[in-house]
Amino acid sequence: MTTTTPRPTPTPRRVRQYTADDWWSLATSVVASLALVTLVYEHVLDLSGTLGFLVCWFATFLLLYAAVLSFANERHVVTDRVVAAALYAAAAVVVGALSSTVIYTFAKGWPALSHVNFYVQDMSGVSPTAPLSQGGILHAIIGTVIEVALATVIAIPLGIATAVYLSEVGGALSRVVRTVIEAMTALPEILAGLFVYVVLIVYVGLPKSGLAVSVAMAVTMVPIIARAGEVALRVVPSGLREASQALGATQWMTVRKVVLPSARSGLATATILAVARGVGETAIVLITSGASSFINWNPAQNPMNSLPLFIYTGYQTHENLAITRAFGAASVLLAMVLVLFVLTRWLSRERSGR
Amino acid sequence: MSMSGVGAPAPRSLSREPRLLSAGHERSDRIFRALSTTTGAVVLLVTGGIGVFLGLQSIPTLRHYGLSFFTTAAWQPELDHIGIAAVLVGTLEVALVAMVVSVPFALMLALFITEYAPKRLKSWLVSAVDLMAAVPSIIYGLWGFFLLQPQAIKLSRWLSQHFGWFPLFHVSTDPNAAVWQQSQYTSSAFIAGLAVSMMAIPLACAVMRAVFDQVPRGEREAAMALGGTRFGVARTVVFPFARGGIIGGSMLALGRALGETAAVLIIISPAYEIKIRILEAGTQTISALIAANFGNATASQLSALMTAGFVLFLITLVVNTVAASIIRRSRSGAGTDI
Amino acid sequence: MSTISSAPNLTPTPTITERAHLEAVDVCAWFGSTLVLDGVNLTAELGTVTSLIGPSGCGKSTFLRILNRMHESIPGAQMAGEVRLDGVDIYGAGERVTSVRKKIGMVFQKPNPFPAMSIADNVTSGLALTRTKTSRAEREELVETSLTRAGLWREVKDRLDQPSSALSGGQQQRLCIARALCVQPEVLLMDEPCSALDPTSTRRVEETILELRDQVTIIIVTHNMQQARRVSQRAAFFLAEQGAPGGIVEQGVTEQLFTSPVDERTANYVNGEFG
Repeated sequence: MTTTTPRPTPTPRRVRQYTADDWWSLATSVVASLALVTLVYEHVLDLSGTLGFLVCWFATFLLLYAAVLSFANERHVVTDRVVAAALYAAAAVVVGALSSTVIYTFAKGWPALSHVNFYVQDMSGVSPTAPLSQGGILHAIIGTVIEVALATVIAIPLGIATAVYLSEVGGALSRVVRTVIEAMTALPEILAGLFVYVVLIVYVGLPKSGLAVSVAMAVTMVPIIARAGEVALRVVPSGLREASQALGATQWMTVRKVVLPSARSGLATATILAVARGVGETAIVLITSGASSFINWNPAQNPMNSLPLFIYTGYQTHENLAITRAFGAASVLLAMVLVLFVLTRWLSRERSGR
Repeated sequence: MSMSGVGAPAPRSLSREPRLLSAGHERSDRIFRALSTTTGAVVLLVTGGIGVFLGLQSIPTLRHYGLSFFTTAAWQPELDHIGIAAVLVGTLEVALVAMVVSVPFALMLALFITEYAPKRLKSWLVSAVDLMAAVPSIIYGLWGFFLLQPQAIKLSRWLSQHFGWFPLFHVSTDPNAAVWQQSQYTSSAFIAGLAVSMMAIPLACAVMRAVFDQVPRGEREAAMALGGTRFGVARTVVFPFARGGIIGGSMLALGRALGETAAVLIIISPAYEIKIRILEAGTQTISALIAANFGNATASQLSALMTAGFVLFLITLVVNTVAASIIRRSRSGAGTDI
Repeated sequence: MSTISSAPNLTPTPTITERAHLEAVDVCAWFGSTLVLDGVNLTAELGTVTSLIGPSGCGKSTFLRILNRMHESIPGAQMAGEVRLDGVDIYGAGERVTSVRKKIGMVFQKPNPFPAMSIADNVTSGLALTRTKTSRAEREELVETSLTRAGLWREVKDRLDQPSSALSGGQQQRLCIARALCVQPEVLLMDEPCSALDPTSTRRVEETILELRDQVTIIIVTHNMQQARRVSQRAAFFLAEQGAPGGIVEQGVTEQLFTSPVDERTANYVNGEFG
């Protein structure tokens, strides 16, 4: 339009997917089903319990909602709306389960978490039934950090070199390697633990120690890094590789100066994913390390405790205080995982932002 | 090049044979390629070695017990009476419960995220599902034992009251007793399966969501332009396209559920009998068996545990490989990373 | 092609005329916070073909997608103004988006038949999507009439059960037209329906458009000016000047727009000086 008079700045219009009628149908169905179930639930159906009530309410709601909608709508619209309601409920159930896990862990651990000594002392000389003002989980935190760090140091070079091999070098062997690695990402962790236990501890004669844990952890971490890393490397546009080689760079220099830096954040995400999995690895620490009660800085000797192991042994005592400590340790573990999780989010956001 | 050093040049035109174009790697490249190939081979040996190792280690056990190893339910090493029939059944039961719960939820969640959720809720939910996958299994174990179990046994009781005629839901106690025996319903395969489903849901959901997102826009818009509702679009376009991803994602979750250790170990109380009553207390799975018994095992018992481990290894290997190939072969799986 | 009796109306006033069938009033569009279409008015009359021409990126397709509410399916897309079908605003509070789309069909740039369905199932997929109950005989008849209207019946009548992927690109596009016609829309929107097709298929689709003219109101976006001249009775020229949102520069009877355009920019465009 070539109008000369300045038009007023247009403002977007609110476009609705749901009509006012839809909202009324929803509201009346919610209220009516609540009323109906409240009346009938305990008296007529003779049922009890909050959970059962919610389930019955929701089922009644769906029926009423479908009935109300079908007065004014075609069948496919009714189906769509009822499915939408069911999907909202399913999402709410899953999110509820997840948040109940997180909240419950922190709530149960709070009595332990509120003591400073919980973070700065170990359990040496402290009985599991001692009050929470004594002892702490410093030994388990240190153990977890050392074990995971060591495992990461082993797994990163192997994992990334394998990723480079799969994506940049290739060859006849690469298909086999890829297939095996793909299968191994889903390897039950207990089997990695059992493997390392038998080879390193029973045959080689290493003591149950942090080192054994780290090796087993690395076995589970390498496939994760290699696979996610390969994906990150493949995303690097091949034009970049060709540009570098057209400048006369060797393949090694191309990989080092062009491919790896371009895939940096993807590789970092892959590593952190593997670390996050390693931190919570319970089956492995259960098998390959003993639960010490004192701080052990040496991964090669003596048992080394870790958070998952501390949680499990605490749970096994069936003592209230030990279980509270276990929940405290679980909260710390969960916090570590949350930090790693936020880190991956942040890294991948940076990547997608570019 | 050193072409001129071969006596008198032949007077014919250049050969029509294809020339051999060698990549002519520099030395640094040869080292680089050799090193990364070696690493690949080492990783292959170590990771692949687990299977071979477990296989070799199970030979003595299989020699000693023969087929009875697979048909014996008891695990009494002191009596030399060992078999994995019960733990195999227990493993499958826990995984079955986890699948029955997690597949519908994962599917609904994936559908909700890709098709229904408003934009802000969508990114929120994606984060929540990813976080769910990151929570350590032992924490789900604690949650399952302390928070979920007291609630879930009510459902167990209700099921056994009304569907007790169905062998799976039968419990060997009177479900209608005025004071019901709660301990008969705790620590069951059912409750362990519920906790395991918390780990299976995010795994299956992530695969399904990735595949749903790849539905070609053209097909989606065609269905919308014909007046299709969101569910109509899902039914006619999304599901047919993503069938492979749905099946494959569920199977990947199954692989995870079969091998889960920590949560199961915390929740169940060990029972070495072939038991199809999933609501009743006591069961055992292969991974929990290994975790519970490796410590005081003699050499021959260790071999027996490794045989059990080998069976678990083979099952998960088959499940995961089939899952991966289903995903890859489906129309939707071409570009999916699982 | 001189069925248009009304005089060329270069700046239509936003009122409902008697012949107006689909009418866009003061339509604006945003992607995110960027205004891409500003104050577009267009009237499509019953039983005519209206073509939207103009260079790439001037908002023709966006405008077309606003006409059947496909626009809002893109994240961050917003609109303003009204689109009236027989005088009723399709964006009104009581209007259901699915029934709007059922009344105003669309054919896309790339042929997009449902690959998992047979040819016949593709044609009736609109009925399945809206759960319209039909008998087998009705369906068979609908398949035949829709395919006949789309000019595809003779080519596929012996292989209705084969997958749609067995068809050529041009046939697939006509299958998509048949699919859109099967739900008996009042308006058919076509977004560069021939841009992915070879000349022979293009001619076949153009013939189809001409045959459909009396039965359904058609609005077609095209890059091909010859095509616009061949198939449409009315035309609108879209343009987005550097940094400014797109809009209609000139509209009117097609022949007039091409032979004696009023606006200089239209003249430049139709004479091939840019775009």
